Amino acid sequence: MLDELFTISTLVGILHSCVRLATPYLFAALGETFGQRSGVLNLGVDGIMLMGAFFAFYAVFEGHNLWVGVLVAIAIGVLMGLLKAFVSVTMQSLQGISGIGLYLFGLGLSSLLFKTLIGSVEGVSGFRQLAIPLLSDIPGLGHILFNHNALVYLAYLMVPLSWFVINRTTLGLKIRAVGHNPEAADTLGVSVNGVRYATLMIGGALAAVAGASLSIGLQNVFQENMTNGLGFIAVALVYFGSWRTVGVLGGSLLFSLVNALQLWVQALDIPVPSEVAVMMPYIMTIVVLAFTARQIQKPAALARSYERGE
Amino acid sequence: MRNAAEMRMADSPQKARWRRVTEQRMNTRLYLAKLIDVLLPVLAMVIALVVGVLLLFLLGTDPIEAYSALIQGALGNISGITQTLTKATPLLLVGLGICIAFRGGVINIGGEGQIVVGALAATAFGVGFRDLPALVLLPLTLISGAAAGLIWGGIPGLLKARLGVNEILTTVMMNQIALRLMNFLLRGPMLDPEHVAAGTSIPQSAALPESIWLPRLVPRTLFHSGAILAVLLALAVYFLLWRTTIGYRIRAVGLNPHASRYAGIPVAKYVTLSLALSGMLCGLAGAVEVLGVHHRMLEGLSGGYGFSGIVAALFGKLHPLGAIPASALFGALLVGADKMQRAVQVPSALAIALQGLVVLFVVSSDLYVRRRTRRRVGDDGPAGPPAAEGNTRESIAEV
Amino acid sequence: MLRRISISTLIFLLLLAGCGRSDDSGDGETVGAEGDPFRIAIVMPSSTTDIAWSQSMFDSLVAVQTEMGGEDALTIAYSEGMFRVTDASAAIRDYASEGFDLVIAHGAQYGNSVFEVAADFTETSFAWGTSSDTGADKGIENVFAYGAVANEGGYVNGVVAAMLTQTDVIGVIGPVAGDAKLYIDGFVRGVTEIKPDAQVNISYTGSFSDTTLAAEAAHVHIQAGADVLTGSAQQVVGAIGVANENGVAWLGTQSDQISLGPDVVVTNQIYNWANVVADMISKIENGELGGTAYKLTFANDGLRLEFNENIEIADEVKEAARTAIEDIKSGAVDPVLWEEDE
Repeated sequence: MLDELFTISTLVGILHSCVRLATPYLFAALGETFGQRSGVLNLGVDGIMLMGAFFAFYAVFEGHNLWVGVLVAIAIGVLMGLLKAFVSVTMQSLQGISGIGLYLFGLGLSSLLFKTLIGSVEGVSGFRQLAIPLLSDIPGLGHILFNHNALVYLAYLMVPLSWFVINRTTLGLKIRAVGHNPEAADTLGVSVNGVRYATLMIGGALAAVAGASLSIGLQNVFQENMTNGLGFIAVALVYFGSWRTVGVLGGSLLFSLVNALQLWVQALDIPVPSEVAVMMPYIMTIVVLAFTARQIQKPAALARSYERGE
Repeated sequence: MRNAAEMRMADSPQKARWRRVTEQRMNTRLYLAKLIDVLLPVLAMVIALVVGVLLLFLLGTDPIEAYSALIQGALGNISGITQTLTKATPLLLVGLGICIAFRGGVINIGGEGQIVVGALAATAFGVGFRDLPALVLLPLTLISGAAAGLIWGGIPGLLKARLGVNEILTTVMMNQIALRLMNFLLRGPMLDPEHVAAGTSIPQSAALPESIWLPRLVPRTLFHSGAILAVLLALAVYFLLWRTTIGYRIRAVGLNPHASRYAGIPVAKYVTLSLALSGMLCGLAGAVEVLGVHHRMLEGLSGGYGFSGIVAALFGKLHPLGAIPASALFGALLVGADKMQRAVQVPSALAIALQGLVVLFVVSSDLYVRRRTRRRVGDDGPAGPPAAEGNTRESIAEV
Repeated sequence: MLRRISISTLIFLLLLAGCGRSDDSGDGETVGAEGDPFRIAIVMPSSTTDIAWSQSMFDSLVAVQTEMGGEDALTIAYSEGMFRVTDASAAIRDYASEGFDLVIAHGAQYGNSVFEVAADFTETSFAWGTSSDTGADKGIENVFAYGAVANEGGYVNGVVAAMLTQTDVIGVIGPVAGDAKLYIDGFVRGVTEIKPDAQVNISYTGSFSDTTLAAEAAHVHIQAGADVLTGSAQQVVGAIGVANENGVAWLGTQSDQISLGPDVVVTNQIYNWANVVADMISKIENGELGGTAYKLTFANDGLRLEFNENIEIADEVKEAARTAIEDIKSGAVDPVLWEEDE
């Protein structure tokens, strides 16, 4: 039985699953990274994802283009980010708890809108698998990497893009400064609150696209609470990646890999109790981090509100 | 109570000043903010519900009818009041755990998992040793629930203290592990033998012996004596945090880990301890739910108390005594929202969205209190060391 | 057959009763209680639109309501999303104290609460499922129990799957190991009956609502060669979306899932609780408040197998399914022991 797991086609299958599964985590965790690098913890990612998932789905359900759906999700995500920013930057509220408030609000509102506007679980035709010419013909690797829907590619494009924005642009410099030492950044004329508003809006947009990647990309339906807490895992993965985009990529891939592996192990009837299999992704994430974690410097001002002239 | 290390610390004039300032500010916070602190969450809740009228319009529901059902349902009669208090019991226990974690400067969002393992362990023990006399079995059952929670909270604590693994990550992951563990145990080893014999497979455990059920305080309701235990524990946590060396050190580590390390407090130990104690109270909440409400372990025992408890703790200003009225208030909101669903027949999602709004408003209303308190500190007392000032915000802000 | 006749008679009588009642109320002379609508309250763990367990009952209630003549004859009050048992327990008690005629606790986890409340409100009728326990051994007389013999539909879906598959690989997506066992066991038996060599791959997501993982499980099954899929719990919406995109056949259960995969859902086992509810109503009106344990089967029309009208299904597949159903009804296929299942 076990040798079945190590055939080329199975390994390709596992990695293919892994790459796809990581999509929503990548979007959401990269978005959260922006916020945390500027010093704001947003635990409300799951709520934003649900709102994004719903609005993207609703737009497509109403007959609009898929990309319009994505744009609608982005707009909603920005609005949710603004709400979070207002509450935790302007009103300087406890960031973790306001995140939970945002989560409940998004969870409730998306379900409510779904019940009012759609009323029953329906399917739409979402993003189709889009094999990239030539590249997808590479044996093995082609299928693993280049045979997915457009939002999957977009998620991976966001990794270098986020890295570039955070590490190589003025905005990124400001983000890091604000997250590390808001007082000093303020002295240098950086608007601390302005930067935090910006990162939360970026984070909101990415979280909403993460939701859209489920409702019009990977599943093509909307159901109440369809994220099932995925947003919280995404926040955890930011810590796994210790606030670095590459680390976040690694965390998302690891978590997804173990998940893909456990699904394959079960499907191939390899005698591992499914009760154990379904716990593996969570256990492995903790174990791997426990072995690799060093005392990595977190953004010094993480979760601290900033008020001028104090 | 102070030991040698403490005395040494007191010897250092810098440290003494730091502690004096810290304590002074705490007292100032406590006394000044008391009145408005108590009223402000209520006010913010009212404003949130007013904003929630928009949602009711979306559904075409009469807001006055809906909200009177909410208030009436939660507080209008015996049934409502007892339901509110029944709900407040686990919220208070979890909230107390959250208070400890907060004060210790760590974030525990693993309440959900800790409740589940607490309930599982309590059930396993209570059922397994059902022949013991009730006087022995009851406390031991409660203790096993608390111990399981302690371990489930202690693991993230240990991982954070020793290996630098962030507790948000571990607690989130361990919630999922606990849920899957429960799914397995309730369908396998802990499945009620009666059901196995009858060929049925409802995922629930055998019932605990009736002799150790927590007595119901009002007949024909679910309101049980676990509520009294929870209130007593609130007093105990208050005593622990503000009247013992351990509590003092937990708070010191929470306020400023660097200064605490400098002062000779083993920071790692106290980080682990605050998460473990936090988990212990959540585990106890699970055990109390089993012993008081369901009398067995079943699916759907918790479902969100881990998060609701965080909110209840916030309503109580992260103070163990504040958590008592706060959990009653939040319990009333939850119960009232359910009643509203039944009375005007709106989707359950509305209640969730309203809760979200309430949390957002209450958490924002905090700004007012803080500004006022800070002003008073600035006016009357010496300004605290900058590091401590920033870190007060940090430790509390993190969750 | 006898049962079927009795049920149709019953519904007929019910309709008559309904008509009679409206006539009575026209007279304005009859006892008030007679003219009042029958009041049902239901407490559900998930949403009325979960396209699975909760929805199956809610849809059936609405069907009964329509049949009885709308809100004048039957009112339905519901509490959805009651996944926390304490909340459900409170809801059950509230409904009972508000004088509902029948309070339905739609989840096996509510059993404790039902018996506790039923003992306090002996004049009110309760029903709960999935279960066969009416509490008779506890001296309780006002509780009905109900459940679906899901392995029957599982068996038929299994037969259909075996007929459809070209690759001889079939994928099953379950929620939590041990749950939905009846359906899955029946399904596997059905497959083996037709194609003993066919391979049935089963994977569990470890959750009832993890649509993302269910969707990925569908991908995994497809890549592992499966060309027919089935699964249970509300999480399957994700998997049906994937089946739809890949043009792989899906066999549904519990609620009508055809709208989700109009091109791929071939058959659908539907839980039709309408007869059960109608029977309970008539019993209650005759003063019998509980004591009956209902099972949905093909024989009593509680289970229905629906074919998707939109797609072409080979006649021999339909024929095989019909034969399987008849075999189950006649007892030619060994009826499996009664077990609980959602």
